[in-house]
Amino acid sequence: MAEPRSPMAAPQSFLWSRRIFLTLLTGFVLLPVYVMISSSLKPLEDVSGKFTWLPSGLTVRPYFDIWETVPLADYFVNSLIVAGAATVCSVTIAVFAAYAVSRYNFRGKRVFTVTVLSTQMFPGILFLLPLFLIYVNIGNATGIALFGSRGGLIITYLTFSLPFSIWMLIGYFDSVPRDLDEAAKVDGCGPLGALFRVVVPAAIPGIVAVAVYAFMTAWGEVLFASVMTNDTTRTLAVGLQGYSTQNDVYWNQIMAASLVVSLPVVAGFLLLQRYLVAGLTAGAVK
Amino acid sequence: MTTTAAYGTVERTAQKQDPGAAPKKRRPGWLRRVSLPYLLLLPALLLELLVHLVPMVIGIVVSFRELTQFYIRDWTTAPWNGLGNYEIAVDFDAPVGEALLKSFFTTCLFTVLSVGLCWLLGAAAAIFLQESFRGRGLLRTIFLVPYALPVYAAVITWAFMFQRDNGLVNHVIHDQLGLTDSPPFWLIGDNAFFTLLIVSVWKGWPFAFLIIMAGLQNIPREMYEAAALDGAGIWQQIRRITMPSLRPVNQVLVLVLFLWTFNDFNTPFVLFGKAAPESADLISLHIYQSSFQTWNFGTGSAMSVLLLLFLLLVTGVYLALTSRGRKATDG
Repeated sequence: MAEPRSPMAAPQSFLWSRRIFLTLLTGFVLLPVYVMISSSLKPLEDVSGKFTWLPSGLTVRPYFDIWETVPLADYFVNSLIVAGAATVCSVTIAVFAAYAVSRYNFRGKRVFTVTVLSTQMFPGILFLLPLFLIYVNIGNATGIALFGSRGGLIITYLTFSLPFSIWMLIGYFDSVPRDLDEAAKVDGCGPLGALFRVVVPAAIPGIVAVAVYAFMTAWGEVLFASVMTNDTTRTLAVGLQGYSTQNDVYWNQIMAASLVVSLPVVAGFLLLQRYLVAGLTAGAVK
Repeated sequence: MTTTAAYGTVERTAQKQDPGAAPKKRRPGWLRRVSLPYLLLLPALLLELLVHLVPMVIGIVVSFRELTQFYIRDWTTAPWNGLGNYEIAVDFDAPVGEALLKSFFTTCLFTVLSVGLCWLLGAAAAIFLQESFRGRGLLRTIFLVPYALPVYAAVITWAFMFQRDNGLVNHVIHDQLGLTDSPPFWLIGDNAFFTLLIVSVWKGWPFAFLIIMAGLQNIPREMYEAAALDGAGIWQQIRRITMPSLRPVNQVLVLVLFLWTFNDFNTPFVLFGKAAPESADLISLHIYQSSFQTWNFGTGSAMSVLLLLFLLLVTGVYLALTSRGRKATDG
């Protein structure tokens, strides 16, 4: 992506440092990935006794057993619903907010952006306790169950990705020439028409990047999931711990389950990473 | 690519529009101009209020109350306690305050080491991957894997690797290399600090890599060419051009890494379960335990407020120092 740094040939000292550093780093990064994949194909004896680099025999049993040991399919569905809904809502809301900041001058604009961004720095633990109280009290007062329900989790998660999404989309929308939406308005589109017919299509890479980020955030969150879910709404983040609370620790199944639940996000992320990098270049680091 | 796509869309849209269409009914201009941006912001604003700002205010109120499990159903009935909760939290001679102080220092040390290492690995990897060579794209993809993996899946794998009897780490250092007399424990006792550090760096450095990589792309190529003409070697170019150009990126990156690492809950929670060993008792987990295990939310909230004040102070001082430094070099 970047241009080659300099026309001058790099000296040997640089090339060797690079080779050694990158090799070591690749080993460090891939070690857990190797353990995850190889252990998920081992029989239980292999993972209960001393660690072995190679399995004594390959088996795909763990991939079938994981669905029986804990209700993994239910957790999977819960995670999909929660992360999917949180992503759709977060991206939609962020598009509106970023459009307002990018295209309009209004009183309180700076206060808004600073406030929204600064919520990123609050320790989660600070608002976990009060949010827990708010959800319980809303439930008592109105009968709308936010505590323990998927809805409560969706609302919570979408606000986690919202500040960063707005921030990144502002950068993206700024890079779409204003003349384009002016032209659309001359053609009779209202401000929202200009947003959806011109600005959004031009900023698709940024919107994709933001969606990936929002989905990953919701899919991987542990703290709120561990407090705000019950047996029927449990997500993968909490459910995966079910394999180790039994008398036996089924490490091969834990590894298989970890792989299965990682696959959707890792595949999505790696496929779309260039949009994320482009988005960061356009918005975040400018 | 983006721009061409945009122009294409406009042309198509323009063709579809009938230029002679009847003018639409419009609300008075001033109303649209003034209210539209606020309407667009409203959903974001309401949600941020509900989930972040209102809870923060309630958290501050609760920290002055004696909120135990008896008042959970309606926290407004909990009796006021003045500064009682804060006195408990900062009484460093009593067990609660002493444990909090210890957890605070552990978190500080952990954060400094973790942020330093994450930045170092991220910067080195980004700079080494700046110039194109065979396999560069593949390496970039591999390096982003820890960032893409869900925290719990990655951390649970590390927990398996650090098991005393059947983990990879002890197999290598005890069985294969014979470095220790007996297989050490990694998830309890003093070693747990290093375990947590390794896992946290593994998980955190790709973010630094991603941001620095993006930052590198904004450095104009001409600067390197000019330096090369002046006879600067590649190491000198890195020191004289790359590093100074990355300063604004680093300023934000280090702050964000600091805040995330200091507040990290997920990594120790998945690695150690609900009871973290004392050597790796990060402050978020500590507050979580003292609130949800004793159901004493008042003291927990007081601790959270103290944590927030500390973070605000550090952020303020950091921004003041780094911004002044930058102005000085500019002028």
